[in-house]
Amino acid sequence: MSAAADSFLERAPLELRDWAVQLLPAPLQWISHHLITIVAVLAVFGLFFAFTTVAERKLLGRLQNRLGPNRAGLPKFSILPWHIRHKLFGLSQPFADAVKALTKEDIVPAAADKVLHFLAPVVVVGFSLMTFAVLPFGRNLIPVELDAALLYFFAAGSASELAIFMAGWSSRNKYSLLAAMRALAQLISYELPLILSVVPVVLVASTLSTSAIVQAQGAWTFGVLPHWFVFTPWGFAGFIIFLISALAESNRSPFDLPEAESELVAGHLTEYSGFKYALFFMAEYFGLTALSGLGVTVFLGGWQAPCELLYWVPSYLWFMGKLILMIMLFIWVRGTLLRLRIDQLTRLSWQFLVPLALLNVGNAAFWALTAQWSGPLQLVRWAVSAAIVIVPFLVIGRSLSAGYAPRTYRYAP
Amino acid sequence: MSDTLFHLFAVLTVACALGVVLNKNAVASALCLLVCLTGIAGLFVLLDAFLLAVLTVFVYAGAVVALFLFIIMLLDMQGGNRKPFTKSSIVAGAAAAGLLCTGLYSFLVRGHIESPVLATTKVGGSSLRAYAELLFTTYLLPVQIVGFLLLIAMLGVIVLSKKFENLEDIK
Repeated sequence: MSAAADSFLERAPLELRDWAVQLLPAPLQWISHHLITIVAVLAVFGLFFAFTTVAERKLLGRLQNRLGPNRAGLPKFSILPWHIRHKLFGLSQPFADAVKALTKEDIVPAAADKVLHFLAPVVVVGFSLMTFAVLPFGRNLIPVELDAALLYFFAAGSASELAIFMAGWSSRNKYSLLAAMRALAQLISYELPLILSVVPVVLVASTLSTSAIVQAQGAWTFGVLPHWFVFTPWGFAGFIIFLISALAESNRSPFDLPEAESELVAGHLTEYSGFKYALFFMAEYFGLTALSGLGVTVFLGGWQAPCELLYWVPSYLWFMGKLILMIMLFIWVRGTLLRLRIDQLTRLSWQFLVPLALLNVGNAAFWALTAQWSGPLQLVRWAVSAAIVIVPFLVIGRSLSAGYAPRTYRYAP
Repeated sequence: MSDTLFHLFAVLTVACALGVVLNKNAVASALCLLVCLTGIAGLFVLLDAFLLAVLTVFVYAGAVVALFLFIIMLLDMQGGNRKPFTKSSIVAGAAAAGLLCTGLYSFLVRGHIESPVLATTKVGGSSLRAYAELLFTTYLLPVQIVGFLLLIAMLGVIVLSKKFENLEDIK
């Protein structure tokens, strides 16, 4: 097993970095070590962002029974004697979009606070990129090893709320301002269940370090059943709460009220155009990717393989695979569910998710206390833990939906 | 290297603290406060108090400044363009600054920082656990009292901000 951990493919990114470092002159080496990490993260997740947008548009197209973007191919180079006619399945769409966004006119309202109007997209992209620093992408691949990595992640993530506020306020547009307040209310509401859903994992793994949390999930029962936290009753509940809150935190459908383009005047982005708008868009996808990465790390075993036989596959491939699956899930949700109203949105958070998440913390405490139980007691442990998840879900869900008849549609069957 | 960083963060902190006071616009003041606190967090990192730094950013950037902004918005939509100083505020500010300076001076002259905790707390992997153990054993009572105070403050805000027509509504 240790042979697999030290295999060439596993160490390839590190070897590549060390090789690049030793190419540079000695006085620069101490800083280039970190610079290369930063550039690698930026390049990988920049490309990941680009292809996520294509994947999203194509998948949404398929879900809505149309083709999606499939035209953008290679540009016609005049130096080449022939023109490559293949459209590449529209995969070069994001690059065409980037060129379009860069060449568009950048309009700043006359009354706007120029500095803040410029700073808001920069801040939101900067902080959403900072969250990548503590995600373990592979066995040896973590940009910064921190003791309080989870706290850092949420601290960096919470700054995006302020950027949204800055955007709304500096535009000097009442629709932008109202929308920024609405977005702030949503983000603060869902920050609570998001963090509370991760607390059980911290409690059981008894660490805040992301790499240690991944290490804690690295075992298999009978070599096939991985010990990921999502496969425990409290972990499953926490994962679902995390998913819902992550959807809301990253302004994704069905919680995309902050920028509901179709009916709510695009929210805080109303006065943004051109590349600044693209930066907000980018930050949103970075936030989504980072939150998915955290979900993978905390609940889905991070870079751990799903069964012992597949241990030889390099760990970063597992991480990427799980990350892509999470993103696909988010896209699927976007194609399926309708947008919520603001009152439904806040009610869901405060009356349903927060109580369930708090109970889940107690559930995890029970799980941690009964870690020594074995044999038939193990069954009791699972039954009790599952009961603590299912019973409150049913009770709170029933009481919240009491008095509401099933939704009927007037014009649709 | 760390000296340069110290000066950088110190200048940033002081400049933004001045910006908080001197700014005519309340929203810009709040944002200056945010940058100022980020600078303080940077100083904490230089002192290896990483947890404190992260918590400063987390609590202030994530919650407190956001609430400030909410309240500024609720009270005054324009952010206000009024004078930063009035006569009474200058007097009060000078008095507060004088008291603070006296306190700091007397502390520096007479006090000595006894820190058995800092000496034993390692900066490495066990620091979080050490913090937690101290908070939940040695300093349990202060933590509980502060928590209770915060709870009372929260209830007070709800009572103050909610307009009760008559006594029946409170029940």
